Amino acid sequence: MNKFKILVLILVSCLTFGCGSGGNKEEQVVYVYSWGDYLNPEVLTLFEKETGIHVILDEFDTNESMYPRIAEGAVHYDVLCPSDYMIQKLISNDLIQPLDFTKLPDAKKNIGEDFFKQCETFDPGNKYSVPYCWGTVGIIYDKTKVTDPVDSWNILWNEKYAGQILMQDSARDALMIPLKLMGKSLNETDKEVLAQAQEMLIKQKPLVQAYVVDEVKDKLINSEAAMGVVFSGEAPIILKENPNMAFAIPKEGTNFWIDGWVITKDSQNIDNAHKFIDFMCRPDIAAKNFDHLGYSTPNTGARELVEDEELKNSPIAFPSSDVYSGQETYKYLGNQMDEYYNSLWMKVKVD
Amino acid sequence: MFNRGVRNILLTPFLIWAGLFIFVPLVCIVWYGVTDYDGNFSLVNMGLIFEHGYLDALELSIALALISTVICLLLAYPLCLILTERQRDNTTIISLLFILPLWMNSLLSTMAWQTILEGNGIINQLMRLLGLPDLQMINTPGAIVLGMVYNYLPYMVLPLYIALTKIDKRILEAARDLGANSWQTFVKVILPLTIPGAISGITMVFIPALTTFVISALLGGGKLLLIGNIIEQEFTFQYDWHVGCALSVILMIFIVLNMLLTAAFDKRDEEANGNA
Repeated sequence: MNKFKILVLILVSCLTFGCGSGGNKEEQVVYVYSWGDYLNPEVLTLFEKETGIHVILDEFDTNESMYPRIAEGAVHYDVLCPSDYMIQKLISNDLIQPLDFTKLPDAKKNIGEDFFKQCETFDPGNKYSVPYCWGTVGIIYDKTKVTDPVDSWNILWNEKYAGQILMQDSARDALMIPLKLMGKSLNETDKEVLAQAQEMLIKQKPLVQAYVVDEVKDKLINSEAAMGVVFSGEAPIILKENPNMAFAIPKEGTNFWIDGWVITKDSQNIDNAHKFIDFMCRPDIAAKNFDHLGYSTPNTGARELVEDEELKNSPIAFPSSDVYSGQETYKYLGNQMDEYYNSLWMKVKVD
Repeated sequence: MFNRGVRNILLTPFLIWAGLFIFVPLVCIVWYGVTDYDGNFSLVNMGLIFEHGYLDALELSIALALISTVICLLLAYPLCLILTERQRDNTTIISLLFILPLWMNSLLSTMAWQTILEGNGIINQLMRLLGLPDLQMINTPGAIVLGMVYNYLPYMVLPLYIALTKIDKRILEAARDLGANSWQTFVKVILPLTIPGAISGITMVFIPALTTFVISALLGGGKLLLIGNIIEQEFTFQYDWHVGCALSVILMIFIVLNMLLTAAFDKRDEEANGNA
């Protein structure tokens, strides 16, 4: 029986540690955890060719699903690409480290001043993050079905379009709309104001066809709905596939979101991580990523290098600065406020 | 059959499996469910079921799961009766017909239903061709029930079918000889003999229907939340394992209740058969 136990032990240890010892210790790697389909694969090959650093890429679909994996320390990543408020949450929970900007010459040279300034909302002093993509939130609508002018969030409460409205299925993005309509901040923390915003969403629910995330693109391309709330980066793709559509940013204001590169606290490859981030800030690389994604880039040198003429001249992808100047960006409101937002939203959905 | 030593060795892999992947996770879930963030014992998270309208979601889940189970049962009985009568010797094709859909990923088939039921979906396009008004089908409780019935019907059919094929044909002939008509044969002979099959079918349909979150997410348009969706959101969006686990424990209580109920039925049935 003892021999049997030893045999089992050997077998188990081979299985668990065997994989680890196979790798070449000389090989340079960087572990990247980013949004699904958020990098041009060509860019990764180029990076590997130029630097000899092997990129291991994992993908997430929401900031919220990324966070626990970092917080629990279950997997060690070097570079992450979270959104504004999530970067602030990572900073406040001491999960990411300040960047060494002497190692990021391209980031300093190419990323627009405006964007670094906007990042101060969630990353004061611009110590932790480098912007990668940005955008706004607006309404995309079917010109053949919507007869009223679309210039206000109000239209989402118009009973004429009952069953024809698609809303975003996320607490912050959903509550942002009534908050803006009331002239409040999208980082509102007054519970009474938030309760009013929730009331408005409950009132709107019978008119809503569905609360959606990524499906919004398919549904609008197939003309399933007359209008939907979308991120500006999704708009060019929908417009291209369905020429009846148009995109508008309501006059009450919108969310100016920014996704940025950050380096984790327990990164094992800090140098490689900096190299990766700086590489992403090169204008030619930013242009390649933009061609693949269609999300606006904060890189000032990239537009000239974009190949797709239609995207290059798109006022949605490259808006003038008055579209985004003065707009607010989400802040991390603390754990308790986060929960409060989520519970308000859950109530809307259950109601 | 085996001596003790051999039996223990053969049993070890299962015990390790059950311990690691059934017992330990279960203890973790209960532990998280009855503690708060500081690790102190607390039933606050369990009490959350009475807030935020979570109880409504639980009620809706139970109602929809019950409706789908009844529909599955009503569809499966006549179907299985016809199958056993017609094809007593050609059973492979039939069982294949019911097992084949199970080979396809249920997520994919549910997404297919989405495109069938949508406003501009296949059914509505047919309706327009026939000059009939459009139907509003997607994002309704009906769509979710349809998805459940489609996904779980095979789990009702298979145990029922097996129970029916096991009935000795001579018993049915005896019933006939003694003057029972078809209805009487069904109620007095077939039904009692197939109750164990029906009960395992009911359990196999009701429990996954009660806990599903994929079907309701895809066919409910995010407007109809079942308890499964809420638990999923607690884990993914809220990152609140304590609430998620507490709600899971409450859901498990309902599942255990269901199983106790069916087990009681099963036992009573056995006794009745034993006395007969």
